[in-house]
Formats: sequence, C-alpha cells, structure tokens
Amino acid sequence: MSIIEDRRETNLKKNVKVVTANEAVALAVKYAKVDVVGAYPISPQTSIMEYLTKYQETESLDLQIVRVESEHSAMAVAMGAAAVGARAFTATASQGLLYMAEMVYWVAGSRLPVVMVVTSRAMGAPWVLGNEHTDMLLPREWGWMVLAPEHNQEVFDTIIQAYKLADSTFIPVIVGLDGYILSHTTMPIELPNQELVDSFIPKNTPKPYALDTKDPSTHGNAVYQQLYQEMRWDIFRTIQEAEDLVDEINRAWAKLTGRDYGGVIEEYMLEDAEVALIVMGASSGDAKEAAKLVREKYNIKAGVMRLRSIRPFPIKRLHKIFNNYNIKAIGVIDRNMSPGLGGMIATEVKFTLYELPKRPKIQSYIGGLGGRDIKLKDFENIYLELDDIANGKKDVEICKWINLDLEAYNKFAIEV
Amino acid sequence: MATSIKSIPYEEYFLAGNGSCPGCGLTIGLRNVLKALGSEVYMVVPASCSSVVQSPFPNSSATVPLLNTPFAAAASAATGMVRALRKNGKDAVVMVWAGDGGTFDIGLATVSGAAERNEDILYICYDNEAYMNTGGHRSSATPIGTFTGTTPTGKRENKKNVPFIIAAHNVPYVATASVAYVTDLYDKILKAKSIKGFKYIQVLAPCTPGWLLPTEKSVESARLGVQTGMYHLFEIENGIFKVSPPSKAYLKKEKRKPVIEYLQIQGRFKHLKEEDIKRIEEWIDTISEEYAQLDGKRVF
Repeated sequence: MSIIEDRRETNLKKNVKVVTANEAVALAVKYAKVDVVGAYPISPQTSIMEYLTKYQETESLDLQIVRVESEHSAMAVAMGAAAVGARAFTATASQGLLYMAEMVYWVAGSRLPVVMVVTSRAMGAPWVLGNEHTDMLLPREWGWMVLAPEHNQEVFDTIIQAYKLADSTFIPVIVGLDGYILSHTTMPIELPNQELVDSFIPKNTPKPYALDTKDPSTHGNAVYQQLYQEMRWDIFRTIQEAEDLVDEINRAWAKLTGRDYGGVIEEYMLEDAEVALIVMGASSGDAKEAAKLVREKYNIKAGVMRLRSIRPFPIKRLHKIFNNYNIKAIGVIDRNMSPGLGGMIATEVKFTLYELPKRPKIQSYIGGLGGRDIKLKDFENIYLELDDIANGKKDVEICKWINLDLEAYNKFAIEV
Repeated sequence: MATSIKSIPYEEYFLAGNGSCPGCGLTIGLRNVLKALGSEVYMVVPASCSSVVQSPFPNSSATVPLLNTPFAAAASAATGMVRALRKNGKDAVVMVWAGDGGTFDIGLATVSGAAERNEDILYICYDNEAYMNTGGHRSSATPIGTFTGTTPTGKRENKKNVPFIIAAHNVPYVATASVAYVTDLYDKILKAKSIKGFKYIQVLAPCTPGWLLPTEKSVESARLGVQTGMYHLFEIENGIFKVSPPSKAYLKKEKRKPVIEYLQIQGRFKHLKEEDIKRIEEWIDTISEEYAQLDGKRVF
C-alpha cells in the first residue's frame, strides 16, 4: 500500500474532509444542531450561508435559516430565537458588523448565548476587501467573548467550544477567523462523531433567561442607575473568570479528540525564549516558522504566544508565562490599530504586564492592514530587532509600522 | 358575528398601575388586544412609549412574556422567535407591538423584510402619529399641518400610507383600527390570530400630551378621527380591500363630520389657518371617494 493510499484509508476511517474554513463553519453549525440562523450576505462570510442553505434545502438539515434584509436583522433574528431558548447562529464581517453593532451590543446585555463568526475584513472608507483584525476585535468592548482560531480544523473545533462557553456563561461568543486567508483556503479537517458533539454541547442545559408563556417574564425593560452598573460588572467578571473555563473546555475537547490548542494561549518554544512574538489568527504559522528559523540562523532564542482568546483576555496565563520564563523582549503584532496610540492587543498586553516584577520590553507593531501580507522575512526582521531591544542596542518605540510604503503613498497623497 | 362589548373577557393581561399617562391610547389598545389574544402570546416591543409604560425592572405590567428590542429590530427579533417556537412545536402567537416611528420610519425595512418572507407574526403598530416617547417629534405617520417638537410651524408632508405599503407585499391580512372602536379592533385581532402568515394591524391611538389633548378627550378624538374621515378603518384581506363598518357611514361627504371637530380639540392643530383646514378637508374628500370606489375590490 502506498503512502497516499494509506493516508486515504486512515482519512476515511477518521472522517476527514477537505474544506475551506467557511465550510468548516457551516459543518460546525450543523454538528452543533443550531436551531435558527440569521443569514445576510457579505464577503468573505457569504459562503458559510451558501453551505448552510445547501445543507438545509438539499440535505434536509433541520435548520431555520432566515434570509433577512440586513445584518442588523440577522442578529435580531438570532436574538429572538435565543430569547426563547433556541440555539442561534449568525456570521458577518467588516461593514456588516458595523451595521449590526447595535444588536451585537444588545445581545450581550441580554446575556443570550449566541455564537457569531466574523470573517475578519478591513472597513471603509475606502472600499476594501482584504483581511485585518479590527472588525472582530471591536466587540471585545461590547460584552462578547472573542476567540481566534489559526486553521480550519481549529475553526470547526472552536465553534463547538464557543457554544460550550456561551451556554455555560450566558455570554455570546465571536469566533473571528481571517477573511480570505482562512475563509477561502481549503485544508483537511477531521469531523467528530455526532454523538460526541451532542454530549459535549447538550441542548438541554439550564436556560434561566428563556421566555416562556408558562412562566412569563419581561426582558430588557428599563433599569435605572441603581442596577445598570452591577449588570455591567456581572458581564465584566463573568468574562474575566472565563479565562479558566476556556482552558478547561480546550482540555475537555482535547481529551475527546486529541486536539489540544493550548487554551487561551498556544505557547510555542517559550521555555528558553529570550524574545517572543504575540500574534493571533492565520499568520501565526509564519511567526512560528520564523522563530524556528532565527533560532537556527542567528541563534536567537525566539518563541511565540498565539492568543486564542482575546476576551477573556489571558491575564493569568500571561502573568504565568512571564513569571516562569525569562523572556526579555516581546513584539506584539497587531493587524489592527488604535489610531494615534498603537495596536489594540499591544495596549492590552502592556496593561496586563505593567505590574509584573520582571516585565519584558514590549514593542507594538502594526501591519497587515487591508490584506497586506506580513511575510516570513518580516517576522525574521522583527525577531532581529527584538534581539537588539533585549540586548539594549535599540529602544522601544510607542508603535512601529510593518512595511509602510510611503514612497508609493506619496505619489497619490494630496499635500495639505 | 361581531363581538359585543359585553363578551370581551374580564381577564387582564396588561395590568393597571403601569407607567402610562392618563388617557393613554396605546394602553387602551394593548389592553384589549391582549384580551383578544389571551395568555399564549409572546410580545416583542421595540423602543417606544411601550418600553417605558410597561414599567422599569424589576416591575412589569405585562403578564405575557415580553422581549424588548432596539428600535429597528422588532420584526426580525419576532421572526427569530417564531421560527424557534415553530421548530420546537409551539403554536403561540408572536406579536410585535410597535409605535409609528418604529414602524413607518426606522423599522420599515425590517417590517418589509418580515412581510416579504410572510413570517407568521402579528405586527401591530399603535399609531399616535409622532415620536411621542422623545417628547413629540414628527414621524412619517404625522399628518400634514401637525405641530410637533420638530415641526414647530406645522408638518409640510402628508402621512405615509403604510397599510397599503405592507399590503403590496402580498401578505394575507392588513387592517386599520381605532382604540375608540374596541369591538372592531377586537374582531380584527381575532381574525388575524386565525390567519397564518404576516398580519399587520395599525391602530389609531391618541397621545394626550403629544396631541395636546385633555385627558378625557382621548377616546373621543380617536372616534372623531374616524367620523371625520381623517382615519379610515379598513381591511385588506388577501388583496381585497374592504371598508370596516365604523368607517363605512362616513365615506359619504354629507354623512361625515366636519374635520374641524377633530382638529379643534387637539392643541397640535391649533395653529392651522382656514386654508390649511380647507386643504385637509379636500384631502379627506379625495381619499374617502377613493376608498369608496375601492371597497370590495382587489387592490393587490
């Protein structure tokens, strides 16, 4: 038997399918036995809805898909369904998420366990299609949990884990995946047994929030200042405390499937690392490659922290990593920006590490906006720079931009 | 067989002691709508006076499950709800109870979406003809000439004909009603309850502070609205237009009360000049004539 045939045999036994991340999402929604989906097209999310409608119409999947007239309504549909105890899903990106924003915030305040995929994409003006993480990170301030898988298998697994997380905390969860880079790239994924998923995320969990004519209640009516702040506090501490839960859910899923993603942070070659990168999403693979490369090429002890969970922010884990290891300088790669300040994640990392007795030098890097590539070579150069920072040869700047091509820009820029 | 006032149930589903103003039209409407629907109903309420009237947490005047939603979300939230309930074998009515701002303006795309998909929702718009919860500001339901906080010299544009817009979606049932004609409203709710698909009922509901109306004139003004032809009560059932009994007599000009009787008791029309009133009168003549001709005919 050839290697290829052997692999094919094992794959058949294991139920492996070669799919895009968007199809992996649709499959996960099917496996999660979602009841109601609010569907509105926007690139690069649209094919998720195409797959789901196909499963529904040609494979008689028992799923209510509402083809709504806007993203605002897509989330409203998910909210209405979740409010009576059903399992709800929607997906969006970019402008769609912005248009949906009011409902996104409302669902979080309503403590409804909705799961949403954001296939991350930059936002206009000007019109732009390429990937960056700003959109999927915005709701981290709105009371949602935000998870960021790296590849298609993890996309599938993270959606199942997201339902577990949402059902346990009554906090909605965003699974943010890199638009185009993941959403439209095919990779093999292994599908679990349906029974395994059913027992991991049972649908008969307690739903104290569910509206029912048998025990009527009113949801979302006015509160005054004596209660609103406490409601916000409850969301705050539930998300903060969920850091352990994300780890736990990851371990439980790993036990069933053998796939361990490291919980809130995937730690890569950190034990002896002196410099490290904090990254998230699909390009993390390049960061890991570069770490291996600079170890071989320059003997720089490099490592990677891949954030899987942005909310809950991995405060405990980051403290543990920097208390246990001797990392001298880190670079935080943000495919997003907080204008005039730095990368969003860098800001949060600095906030988290400031009080540590031995905190590393922290350099914020912004890049990869609007689909711009961050190449292996860029990561290599960043590691070299971090090595200089670690050895006191270079100072940390508030924020650095990767691959800023001002020569090209100035050809078009209007002098003011 | 029309319901008589005596046969409307005593059971209350929207309780007294709520936060509404004295003479509030929406509460009269909601109270009787819920009496017609009974306890097996889920209410969806977008931003409106109804969000406040139901009373703040931890109190609620509603004895049926009630979901509050942002302004433009009610028809979609109701859609998600009804799809989930039907999927799980539950047959309860899902009712949107929305104001005219949430229906005519900010929520119109959402209402149109749900109507086009013919969702199994009873959508009720209580029409007090302005954004009353913000303190009285013009909406596209505000009649021409009306004073509001944002039309201090009177609104320049005509009221939008939303019942016809909804009917153009080929939904099974559209109706208008007035809180002054409770049995007519009650029967329309009963009929809507028996129909599967999207039902739209628009109810004239006076707002005493917004209309600058003495408390005791609330029901009277809702009645005069019909009797003067300012507000026509009708049904559009499967595309067939039918003028409802309370409006029928007032289609003829000689039977109609002069519109001044409706306008003069409301402060919001106080500034109107004779020629303004004449123009309103002409509009009533035209629309009444039109409705008389359409009566019994297919309109969509």
